[in-house]
Amino acid sequence: MKLTLKVWRQKNASSNGNFETYQIDNIIEDMSFLEMMDVLNEKLTKENLQPVAFDHDCREGICGTCSMYINGKAHGPLKGVTTCQLHMRSFKDGDTIVIEPWRASAFPVLRDLIVDRTAFERIQQAGGYVSVNTGSVPDANAIPVAKAHADTAFESAACIGCGACVAACKNGSAMLFVSAKVSQYALLPQGNVERADRVLRMVAQMDAEGFGNCTNTEACEAECPKEISVSNIARLNREYLAASLSK
Amino acid sequence: MTLDSKAPKGIPLAEKWKSSKFNYKLVNPANKRKYDIIVIGTGLAGASAAASCAELGYNVKTFCFQDSPRRAHSIAAQGGINAAKNYRNDGDSVYRLFYDTIKGGDYRAREANVYRLAEVSVNIIDQCVAQGVPFAREYGGLLDNRSFGGAQVSRTFYARGQTGQQLLLGAYSAMNRQIKAGMIKSYTRHEMLDVVVKDGKTVGVIVRDMVTGEISRHAGHAVLLCTGGYGNVFYLTTYARGSNATAIWRAHKKGAYFGNPCYTQIHPTCIPVSGDHQSKLTLMSESLRNDGRVWVPKAKGDKRKPEAIPENERDYYLERKYPSFGNLVPRDIASRAAKEQCDAGHGVGETGLAVYLDFADAIKRMGQKAVEAKYGNLFDMYKQITGENPYTTAMRIYPAVHYTMGGLWVDYNLMTTIPGLYALGEANFSDHGANRLGASALMQGLADGYFVLPATIGDYLADVERTAVSTNSPEFDEAEKAVRQRIDTLLNIKGKKTVHEFQRELGLIMWEYCGMARNDAGLKKGMQLIQALRDEYWKNVLVPGEAAELNQNLEKALRVADFMELGELMMRDALERRESCGGHFREEFQTPDGEALRNDDEFSYVAAWQYQTQSAADSILHKEALDYEFIKRSQRSYK
Ligand SMILES: Cc1cc2nc3c(=O)[nH]c(=O)nc-3n(C[C@H](O)[C@H](O)[C@H](O)COP(=O)(O)OP(=O)(O)OC[C@H]3O[C@@H](n4cnc5c(N)ncnc54)[C@H](O)[C@@H]3O)c2cc1C
Ligand code: SF4
Ligand code: FES
Repeated sequence: MKLTLKVWRQKNASSNGNFETYQIDNIIEDMSFLEMMDVLNEKLTKENLQPVAFDHDCREGICGTCSMYINGKAHGPLKGVTTCQLHMRSFKDGDTIVIEPWRASAFPVLRDLIVDRTAFERIQQAGGYVSVNTGSVPDANAIPVAKAHADTAFESAACIGCGACVAACKNGSAMLFVSAKVSQYALLPQGNVERADRVLRMVAQMDAEGFGNCTNTEACEAECPKEISVSNIARLNREYLAASLSK
Repeated sequence: MTLDSKAPKGIPLAEKWKSSKFNYKLVNPANKRKYDIIVIGTGLAGASAAASCAELGYNVKTFCFQDSPRRAHSIAAQGGINAAKNYRNDGDSVYRLFYDTIKGGDYRAREANVYRLAEVSVNIIDQCVAQGVPFAREYGGLLDNRSFGGAQVSRTFYARGQTGQQLLLGAYSAMNRQIKAGMIKSYTRHEMLDVVVKDGKTVGVIVRDMVTGEISRHAGHAVLLCTGGYGNVFYLTTYARGSNATAIWRAHKKGAYFGNPCYTQIHPTCIPVSGDHQSKLTLMSESLRNDGRVWVPKAKGDKRKPEAIPENERDYYLERKYPSFGNLVPRDIASRAAKEQCDAGHGVGETGLAVYLDFADAIKRMGQKAVEAKYGNLFDMYKQITGENPYTTAMRIYPAVHYTMGGLWVDYNLMTTIPGLYALGEANFSDHGANRLGASALMQGLADGYFVLPATIGDYLADVERTAVSTNSPEFDEAEKAVRQRIDTLLNIKGKKTVHEFQRELGLIMWEYCGMARNDAGLKKGMQLIQALRDEYWKNVLVPGEAAELNQNLEKALRVADFMELGELMMRDALERRESCGGHFREEFQTPDGEALRNDDEFSYVAAWQYQTQSAADSILHKEALDYEFIKRSQRSYK
């Protein structure tokens, strides 16, 4: 198929960006979206132009590195997949595709489609852990965990930290991401001891990073590639309230 | 130089690690913070080592090329992690895990290392659970296990199909706690481009900031390379696109010996190649082989749909050839058997380079719901990529490069041949011999990082000057200059062929001559082809852009330059090893029924290569003899 691509180009964090239009041919349905971008980049390179910088690594939907805002949707039109798992069979000959980086004030653009997501790092450093040292722990089966809790904790823990929830949200809120981490620990006995402290610290850091407020539009859940549920946000709110009251 | 494995000798297996730990020198707690440890790589091995060293009180710096430590390639591991917990009461033990690992590796690993690995495996699970890793559980609330990758006991712990992700997030959380405590400084989007050695000891690294292009120097008393495997030398693999060999190859060029470079694992259950555009191959966890049945049509070139081929016209060749292990034979055997079927004309799909993995019987037996619960995410992934529905038609699979058993040679303490330079996880050669068992890489990475290295490193540091290492030295000057020159050279060739084109060509050469089956003539030819390609690379590569900016082509160009040298060494190693063992199959050496034919009299050694020149023909081979004190070697049989 033949496609028209409108791609955001920006040299670095301090320059202004703009859209460039590229025509691209011989794209086949079995290609992944990133393989289509590879074709574009090979073409640009051969013309001695700068290829489009974009983040990617595993190319199988688990590392959370890829991050394209495609035709107004984080990770593109398909539900429950990352950009790297999107295939060209989701598009048709003659389509125009608009490709942008995540847009959020807490995620500044570094180049083209690459943004700086280190705000997520700092939120996790603020409390996203259980304070145990290597070696000083009980036998793994010493504390039984109800299967239902373990399964729900797993579902929250499946977040890949991609940031699509922030990009999808008109307020640029990071609530889905933070709530997923808080939930995982809140649901497990191992995380229980530091539960109150954790939620307060992580939320404080989230606010300090300049993420927006949650107004319950649920756009995050709709575009999250791992379909992390907004029920995590409700749990975060409960955890936060309980923790604030206990202080 | 004679290679000393430093593995304790003459004491019972079960005493070796205990006695070593007791004999290691210790660093006084108050002095630990005066030591700087540099950790390159934050996968399972690096993240666990960084966190554990920081907890002990050392000053740690970590580097990774992704934008977060959590994105290391370990995140992609699906199936699970082994541990000899014997929670199933099915006869597992530390000794059995040890035995299975040695046998699975075709008797080409060090006994003492493997026993230690099996021993600490149980502590790993305890550690991860305490961190809040949400492993699969049973209704009684205790941990669930499954049998995996050819093991006859259920010792694999898992978190749905995302075990690597959950384990890495656990290690990453431990790292985050230490970052917050000020004990770790984490550098992301930073790539290490050289090791600095002074007076025979490791003193630091040269690093490039991948956003600004700035080159910087970092000094430390010890450097841990936890940079993963080098399989991407084959181009089309199950590795993440960024996985590379630069760190270990640069260390090799500075004097670290390279162990068993030719040992590569080709994983049997990957989605087949569909066309030239393909940028990676996707692995589907081999847990699929627990319930799926592998077959090909008995008739050559049978183009009917799999559902349309009646039972008696199918050849379930694994079940036929290996009645006792059936579909669960080790990876090397399953991969080779698939290649054999395809070479003989029984392959399926458009390219004929695939075999069926069929769940029809499993769905009949367990119901679609149960199959979905167990494998749902894998089936979805298959559908996503191929556009076919595996619930109604058999999957097509083909082997793909997946893991490298080879890596930097390390002694029992995980130290390379350069004092102060360590290698952990997939980056070292230890523990898996010539073939790795499923669910054992995660175990090894975490064993190295949580338990082994933190115990062994004190023994080295205790004798090292506590004063801060300076980056002001001729050695640092020189290393930095060389890195800058390499970058400038690549940018200024301004040739006609892209890095990508070179990388693909190299991959094809590797796969053709150093893939699932190797022979003398092919390897010799392969080496020549690589030399020619490398010469062309340095004359004709096209790398647009500048040094001082985010430049992904430049990043790749640096990595491919190193692959071009490493690939040749892999071929040389494969050439010298005139036997078949594990993942290394030399066509000249096979049993009458086509199984690998080992030669213990001549090749029971670890090949440790010393760098001489860019051409592997000049590299010097050192041999570390493998003595089996406890296990009696036999021809591996899974019949
Ligand atoms: C698809 C797939 C599934 C798998 N499933 C399983 C499984 O079920 N069970 C199992 O046991 N094993 C499995 N494996 C194997 C296992 O995942 C890996 O062997 C293991 O995770 C490697 O861990 P590591 O810590 O050694 O390296 P990695 O996780 O590869 O980490 C490498 C790190 O090094 C960094 N790095 C590399 N080079 C540089 C440089 N020059 N400068 C700075 N940083 C650098 C990277 O940024 C990264 O942080 C699987 C592998 C694949 C590909
Ligand atoms: S919650 Fe979903 S969208 Fe947000 S970071 Fe996690 S996986 Fe990505
Ligand atoms: S590249 Fe890893 S999730 Fe897309």
